[in-house]
Order: sequence, then structure tokens, then C-alpha cells
Amino acid sequence: MYAQLVESGKAETSEQDVAFQKRIDDGIRIEPKDWMPEGYRKTLIRQIGQHAHSEIVGQLPEGNWITRAPTLQRKAILLAKVQDEAGHGLYLYCAAETLGISRDEMTEQLLAGKAKYSSIFNYPTLTWADIGAIGWLVDGAAIMNQVPLQRCSYGPYSRAMIRICKEESFHQRQGFDIMRALVEGTEDQKAMAQDALNRWWWPSLMMFGPSDKDSVHSEQSMRWGIKQNTNDELRQKFVDQTVPQAEWLGLTVPDSELSWNEEKGGYDFGEPDWNEFMEVIKGNGPCNRERLEARQKAWDDGAWFREGLMAHAEKQSAPIAAE
Amino acid sequence: MSKEWPLWEVFIRGQHGLSHRHVGSLHAPDAEMAMKNARDVYTRRNEGVSIWVVESAKITASNPDEAGAMFEPSESKVYRHPTFFDIPKEVGAM
Repeated sequence: MYAQLVESGKAETSEQDVAFQKRIDDGIRIEPKDWMPEGYRKTLIRQIGQHAHSEIVGQLPEGNWITRAPTLQRKAILLAKVQDEAGHGLYLYCAAETLGISRDEMTEQLLAGKAKYSSIFNYPTLTWADIGAIGWLVDGAAIMNQVPLQRCSYGPYSRAMIRICKEESFHQRQGFDIMRALVEGTEDQKAMAQDALNRWWWPSLMMFGPSDKDSVHSEQSMRWGIKQNTNDELRQKFVDQTVPQAEWLGLTVPDSELSWNEEKGGYDFGEPDWNEFMEVIKGNGPCNRERLEARQKAWDDGAWFREGLMAHAEKQSAPIAAE
Repeated sequence: MSKEWPLWEVFIRGQHGLSHRHVGSLHAPDAEMAMKNARDVYTRRNEGVSIWVVESAKITASNPDEAGAMFEPSESKVYRHPTFFDIPKEVGAM
């Protein structure tokens, strides 16, 4: 999810490549110091980097509501959730670093607009209900995408995903719980929940990336065991899981084409607006600029701290000069 | 140009009686900060009762390309496993 439109390299067919592919087909994990094709390494750096950036940038829309959470308990829960996102970003940066890119390089790529993050975080959080919708839908979609990634062929990524998935279900439940409190409240509160669903539904479906027929990078990633399911498979699963939850809440999914298809045992649903998706990816979403500015500011404002602690550590470990 | 904080590996004892296990890595300027960061990053949900941090650069790792030769001696000595020896049924459990 968190990694959309990741370009993947082409597989070569040298002896080493054949042995590598066999290892993947045999289900043996690849570890940092093992030989790997350059395309595999680059695809993973892009994907894990993008995923890490998404976790970090993803803190911003939610952080927007920490000071305005309706109760002290909701505030403490949201703080814990946002802290988890920071942790997830850190697990993932470390996994990417095992492939030979530094943390600073990744940060620089993000700030320069060269590395992407999930399109979803470029939408604004206008009301408290948006925090509910994000947990329920956005984290729900993330889980859908991340569960299969636990079986990714690259060991450090797979292990990071296992940790993340363990923590993620709290995120989705807290979101659903916010929505539930709202729909059980006043008419205005229920309307607020419906409005949040209306605005977050389509961007959530876009999180899975373009339709399989337009997804140019999927095939090689699937062969390499980086990706386990196609975008459309996961999107279908997400819709099938979420629609009954919306019904339970008494909310209406904003899709006039949505209907149960008995034959396929799943819902038929409309197409997200892919032009909007491409625009947001290109940097023209409602909050792209604001998000990058916030990351740039954090990076700049933290420079004295990073440098100061490093200088202190070096001074402490330096041998004491002779009198 | 600022210097990046070094990388540390984090090991956690999940419960009393178990060994420390590698859980991941993080960046920190020194051991004290590595310990604090390890607590925040890797033990938010009762994952451990004890933490070790060690600078990644100080770890010597075996080379995966030489794994064959490295571990061959243990593969070729099947008699090290008790199942190598046939013990007659009448003798009973051993």
C-alpha cells in the first residue's frame, strides 16, 4: 500500500540469477550479505524506502488532531498510535539500510521529492471523524497489504513486517471505535462520520495502486517474491471486508456501483478516479506541499540536536590528551 | 556536512529464563542513547525484561558465500547425533 508504483528492474539470466531465482522459488529467504541481482536490490530499496517514508509522513495528518482529541483517553490512544507509526518507519528504514543505502540518503531523497510516499497522506484531516476513518480504512487497507508482505523473500523486510502487523490491528480497531462512538452519538456526529467515510473511501481504494492491467511493475516483483498478491486482488479483499463493517455502523459507502455479486462471492464496485491518483502521486494533491514542508522543517530544526549529540559522543570516547 | 549517527543492533530478552534475541537495529550517537531508543522503538508492548545494544560495526559475521565450507564439518559427522547408533529394543530407553 504504502509502496505504490514501485519500479522494478528486469531479471537477467546469468547462472547466479538462475540460482537466485531457484532460492526464491524454494522459499529460502534472502539475507543482506547474500548475492542478489541489482534489480532486486534497487526494487527493494525503492519499495521499503517508500514504505518507511509513508509511515513517517503518515504521522502528520493524525498528529494534526492530537491536541484536539475529544477526551484525554482518546488523546493518549492517538499519541500511542502515532508513536507506533514512528516506530514502523524506523523498523523499515533499518531494513532498507541493510541493502546499502544510508538513512540520510533516504531522507534526502524524500525531501528532494525523488522518493515517494503513499498518496493517501496528501489528503487533509478536517474533522475528528477523519482520525476514525484513517484508522479504520487506511490502516485497514495497510493491513491487507502488509499481511502478505510478512512472507516477502527479503528477510529484513519480512521481519519488519511481522513486527508491524502485530501492532497494526490496534490502529484499525481504535479507528473503528472512534467511528462507532460517532454513529452512536448525535445526528451531527453521525453526519460527521459519514462525511469522513465519503472523503476517505476512494483514496483508500487507491492505496492498492493502479489496476493490474495498468500496473507495469507487478510481474517481476511477484516473481522475486517481493509482492505476493496483485493490486486488484487486495483491493477486492478490502472492499469485501469493509462494506459489511460500514453497514454495521449504519454508514453508506459512497459508491453507486457497489453491489453484492453472488457468483464471485464478492462485491462489484466502481473505479477510483485514477487521474486524481496520478495527480496526487505527481505532487498535486491537497497537502503534498504542506507534508514535505513539515518534513523539511523537522529535518532542519533537528540538525543541531543530531550534530550536538554526535559531537558529545565523540568527545566522550576520545582518548584523554596527555598533560 | 553532518555525520550520521552510527548503527546499533538491539537484542532483547523476552522473558526471564530466555536468551537475548536480535530484534532489529537503530541509529544512536552513543550507547546511552542507543539504550533509550531501543526501549522506545522495540519494547512498547512488554516485549522484554532486558536489552543489549551493540554497535553494528563491532559485529563480526560469517560470510554467506563461504557457508558451505564453514558448516561442512558439522554436516559430515553424522555420528554426533544419537540416532546414528542402533540400540536394540530390548535394551530399552537410552
